Amino acid sequence: MNAPTTISIIRTGSANLASVIAAARRLGLEPALIDDADRVERDPWVVLPGVGAFGAAMQTLRQHGIDDALRRRVQHERPLLAICLGLQLLATASEESPGVAGLGLIDAVAERFTSAPRVPHMGWNTIKPTRSARVLRAGCFYYANSYRLARIPADWEGALSTYGETFVAALERGPILACQFHPELSGEAGHQLLARWITARTAVECAPC
Amino acid sequence: MLTRRIIPCLDVRDGKVVKGVRFQSLREIADPAERAFLYQQQGADEITMLDISATPQGRATAIETVARLRNCLSIPLTVGGGVRTIDDVARLLDAGADKVAINTQATREPALIEQCSRRFGAQCVVIAIDAKRQDEHWGVVVRSGQSLTPLDACDWARQVQQLGAGEILLTSWDRDGTRSGYDLELIAAVSSAVTIPVIASGGAAGPDHLIDALRAGADAVLAASIFHDGQFTVADIKRDLAQSNVEVRL
Repeated sequence: MNAPTTISIIRTGSANLASVIAAARRLGLEPALIDDADRVERDPWVVLPGVGAFGAAMQTLRQHGIDDALRRRVQHERPLLAICLGLQLLATASEESPGVAGLGLIDAVAERFTSAPRVPHMGWNTIKPTRSARVLRAGCFYYANSYRLARIPADWEGALSTYGETFVAALERGPILACQFHPELSGEAGHQLLARWITARTAVECAPC
Repeated sequence: MLTRRIIPCLDVRDGKVVKGVRFQSLREIADPAERAFLYQQQGADEITMLDISATPQGRATAIETVARLRNCLSIPLTVGGGVRTIDDVARLLDAGADKVAINTQATREPALIEQCSRRFGAQCVVIAIDAKRQDEHWGVVVRSGQSLTPLDACDWARQVQQLGAGEILLTSWDRDGTRSGYDLELIAAVSSAVTIPVIASGGAAGPDHLIDALRAGADAVLAASIFHDGQFTVADIKRDLAQSNVEVRL
């Protein structure tokens, strides 16, 4: 069976989606921009992009009921790719916007880098995946972030990077992949990671009974 | 480990890549999308496109060029040149830029930096500073080097960081296009004045110049002529940098 042809990208307001759209096309998928809670919950492939501030992004998600749709999507283990701020939105809160609750799907708080040489952390950094990670592999990926999660939560696999301190490069659990870096801007390494995320799920769904 | 970035720069006018000396005497050399893709294949870490069109029609062409670059690039794209308003920034981001560089208008209206940073995030906002040596310090020139402002380059760098800039693109007006090497003292002074990343630009003729700039404190190096003339590929430069123990993405 062929991979599904549409990938749904959530409109989060201020995010620049052109790079995500271009990356989807390189994967042979047709990008669709969505802000409808029902589609966020049920579309086969959903991307939560992330550029901008934590507080403003959560406000947009709440306005459209997308926050609850995302919680249900993750509970039902449907494929989700969260990018950069998108990963941080899965956490309970962020130092960037004190008092604003995140989606609470990851038991962690996003904090500003404390020992980094320069912030934002801008450029290509290497990642080191945990032993049981399925789609994440060692490589060099492009980042542009000032906030990060400090450690991989107990019930997730993932990868770590170092920039004056160790921090979470990415998390994965079943069909959920959350990247602090930008796979859509990470050249061949990013393309291959996204291809593995897509095919891993397709393989599971199409396994013979 | 965060690697040092090598950033080929395309000066684009009316849809063509051009190159000049000290911002003057321009000559056309290539199609921007073909060039950008070639540099990506060679291992460029990012592409910067500066629109130097002076006409409204040229600006409209630049938006189309950004969209064309985006479609063929899987690495970050910074776009600058003629950015005056927050709507200009939004248009460039929508067309496919990942970061937008603001120069002249930021000096006239520093609040624009704050507005863009709040709306799009600091990581989108690059402030381009064209520095020119004065007696005891570096001044800031604007309008493609035509006007000298009263600003001091280091003070201005601190101020743009304070206002929410995510990165500084620091060009030595004195060295631009001269192939006499980056202004290392300028790089050291500005990169120690701020804690946001600094991209050094202006004067590169070969790998040694790039290595010197990175050792002087630059987080990334931007160059144009050395790549356009085919004298060095990005891969050549990166190999030399790696041999000199500079961390690069190979």
